[in-house]
Amino acid sequence: MFEFFKEIHVNWLGYRKPFIMVSILILLAGLFSAIGRQITPGGTDAFNLGVDFQGGTVITGKFKNKPAEDDIRNALTNIGINDSVIQSSLDKQDEVLIKIPLIEGESLPTTAPTAPAEGNTVNNQVNQGRQKVIEALNTLGKEVPANADLAGAQDGSYKIVGTDSVGPVAGEQLRNQAIIATMLGMAGILLFIAFRYDWTYAAGAVIAVFHDVLITLAFFTLFQWEISLTVLAALLTLVGFSVNDSIVIFDRIRENLSLHRGESLYKLTNDSINQTMSRTIVTNGLVFLTVLALVLFGGEVLRGFSLALFVGAITGTYSTIAIASPIAIWWQGKLGAAKMNTPETRIDKDKKLASASRRSVARRPVTR
Amino acid sequence: MKNNGLWIRTILIVLVTLFGIYLVIGPRHSFTASDFGWEGIKRNLADNINLGLDLKGGTHLVMRVKTDDYLATLTREDLDAAVNAAKDAKLPVTDGTAVTENGTYSATLNLTDPAQADAVIDAVVKKVNFADWTRTTSGNQITWTLPTQIQTVLKDQAVEQAMQVIDSRINLVGVAEPTLQRHGANNSGQILLQMPGLDDPQRVKALLNADSELQLMEVISPPNPNLQTYPTKEAALASIGGKETADRKVYPYSERDDSTPGTTAQNEPPKAPTKFIVVKSPPVVDGSLLRSANAVSQTSAADDYQISFSLKPAGATKFGEWTGKNIGNYMAVVLNNEAKSVAFIQSQITDSGQISGRFSKQSAEDLALTLRSGSLPAKIEYQEERTVGPSLGADSIRAGVLASVGGLTFVIIFMLFYYRGSGVNAVVALILNMILTLAALIVLDATLTLPGIAGLILSIGMAVDSNVLIFERMREELRAGKLVKDAVSVGFDKAFITIIDTHVTTIISAAILYLYGSGPIRGFAVTLVLGLLINLFSAVFVSRTIFMWLLERNPNMKKLSI
Repeated sequence: MFEFFKEIHVNWLGYRKPFIMVSILILLAGLFSAIGRQITPGGTDAFNLGVDFQGGTVITGKFKNKPAEDDIRNALTNIGINDSVIQSSLDKQDEVLIKIPLIEGESLPTTAPTAPAEGNTVNNQVNQGRQKVIEALNTLGKEVPANADLAGAQDGSYKIVGTDSVGPVAGEQLRNQAIIATMLGMAGILLFIAFRYDWTYAAGAVIAVFHDVLITLAFFTLFQWEISLTVLAALLTLVGFSVNDSIVIFDRIRENLSLHRGESLYKLTNDSINQTMSRTIVTNGLVFLTVLALVLFGGEVLRGFSLALFVGAITGTYSTIAIASPIAIWWQGKLGAAKMNTPETRIDKDKKLASASRRSVARRPVTR
Repeated sequence: MKNNGLWIRTILIVLVTLFGIYLVIGPRHSFTASDFGWEGIKRNLADNINLGLDLKGGTHLVMRVKTDDYLATLTREDLDAAVNAAKDAKLPVTDGTAVTENGTYSATLNLTDPAQADAVIDAVVKKVNFADWTRTTSGNQITWTLPTQIQTVLKDQAVEQAMQVIDSRINLVGVAEPTLQRHGANNSGQILLQMPGLDDPQRVKALLNADSELQLMEVISPPNPNLQTYPTKEAALASIGGKETADRKVYPYSERDDSTPGTTAQNEPPKAPTKFIVVKSPPVVDGSLLRSANAVSQTSAADDYQISFSLKPAGATKFGEWTGKNIGNYMAVVLNNEAKSVAFIQSQITDSGQISGRFSKQSAEDLALTLRSGSLPAKIEYQEERTVGPSLGADSIRAGVLASVGGLTFVIIFMLFYYRGSGVNAVVALILNMILTLAALIVLDATLTLPGIAGLILSIGMAVDSNVLIFERMREELRAGKLVKDAVSVGFDKAFITIIDTHVTTIISAAILYLYGSGPIRGFAVTLVLGLLINLFSAVFVSRTIFMWLLERNPNMKKLSI
């Protein structure tokens, strides 16, 4: 039998303060980054929203010999445009649609009443986008003027046949709906865990989920990783992983509560984390490594998706030990059922407290 | 074998697995030799699974809302309303003229007594919203003109409204995760729609642009049973003084029994109507007060569909009041400027009605759908249509698939190394989970997109976790000195509680995401729920059956390969 951990005895809850400090520091860094970026004039926005959320410019290029999508993307990356969408046209084989986000520093006026000046901003945007794309494509071959004949041009390799601005794919409505749906989903989780375990555990798990999402978003603002629609999918996924992890440990705590009636909740929680550590390492290690493969080899377009899952895989595991469990125990302590600072003392008072907690946690019959 | 239960479990598993494999890679026609080759399997797989816009590409459609038409209609309607308002107030207004050309939109009222101009203006602005229009008065004429700036705002609103209508129509048709964006410069009125490959793109195009103006109007006629109809349009017009006025309109009316089945289909040219009727404008109730519309069939004949509709509370109040006052009179159900049916009012009707007209099933359903989604502010024209590749890019998808396959291979190798013999169970469960989830997607005719794959990843992650939980539990029990038989049974039982809790929690939240989310969020939720339900079968039921087989063969097993 090959095993990573046979028996470990770590006082996890003893580290709760440094753990929570680390979380708070990352969250604060994220908050400062978001607010700082937002209020700095001329700077970037809090989040680097991709073309899905922001809109941008679509350029239709017609090529003599169509380059690979990756080559076009690389050419754009080389001149500093990171989040392009390259879609080749299947019925007109030699054409490619290149969608790039707004050029930094200017924003597309939304649907507000249009004064002539704003119309010019749009045209400016479109022209700037066009210039950028031409600059990038020229590294692959020479441009032919739009009115010239591409096939007849001696040294030209492509021409621009269309330039248009586009609005966001994921507008305000989709964003709000996503947030509302996720909040309702959280409420569902809260109710179910409260029903199966206890309110304190439900709160612990749900706060841990919020923690994970916020930490991930903190990384996205700090490093200005692009947020596309795929990141939304990744965030939903990491919510699932995080809750799953918390429940596995809660389940063990519930079981231990009914097995070891004399122990303090503090010790039982540590024991439960230690007993499930082998599973935690195996499962989360596998998830971590799979996601790592996606980060390393998944390609540029999926980078946001992979990075969000990558951060989520780490914080999901960490938050169960560092956030969910301490919160549940702390709250139980507030209710008089557990005591944080006396892990090993077994005075009579503690016994009484522990059994109070047991009543609240283990009273639900487990049905199978 | 003595154990019947075990046999039943095994047969069930084999049948489900075979059926799943058939659904995923089997052809939808009778088998040929090529279906068993690698190429044939790949082709069948591609045919069976619908891939979304981001993974496979689809149709790229640029359309333009005819915003000029929108302003023209608006001007004409406001003019009619203004004339009616003045006439209702018994003011000396003869008629009105609308100018809707070259970027000028104005409505002019002609009066006989210039001294009454102020009274007319008063009466009109009470009924018609001319707040944004500029007014000029000269002699016998009062003119309201739409300023250029307001025109731009209104056009913009029309495009927004059209986008909402298109969005709701395309969702009602069931197109999975399309993208809809503004296109072109701010006042171009263009919309870009990208949608995944469809069986019938022409139908969708027609549906998006379908007109569906429903109006319930009062027929100018003596009461029942003497419905006043006219054999020709000219005769009808003659009865109201030669031309349509602000409050009198002429509509063709095909009596129901005259129409041959099928000819009323939406996209075919209507059959020459036999009769005409004169109705009173404005309508008693129009399409904006509609709450729902459905295709219904009373007989079983294929071409005998009607559309039943119900009104919103505001519409119902208005309609109820009007029908109560007009018992015995005639009412016309006008759809797209054609009277579909005329009925006399037998009693007060409040909130529902029917459009008869012998529609085919498809056309009745399409019509009901367009009625439900509201009417477009103006017609749209298609400007560009092309087929595009996947929005994620073919090369990035290849990279993603490669990375995922690599990750999965690693998971499999690790499970076999770490849990040895028992690892085989986990691998079987894992592969079965993937096959059955894909099969379920195919059965539901769902479209797989990247968010869907994210859901799949989560459910596969939880499938691995389920096995890890079970195996770790067994190891613990074995360490505690239990017999193999007992360790297996206790391990499964205890891990099962945890597995149920994690799965139910995630299924609850995914179900909520499905109910309240849209587009990508739904795509995620669907595969997640399916994957987790299947997980309970593959990771728990199948895995346990394999262990049962092992113990059946060697009941006093001393050492388990785990």
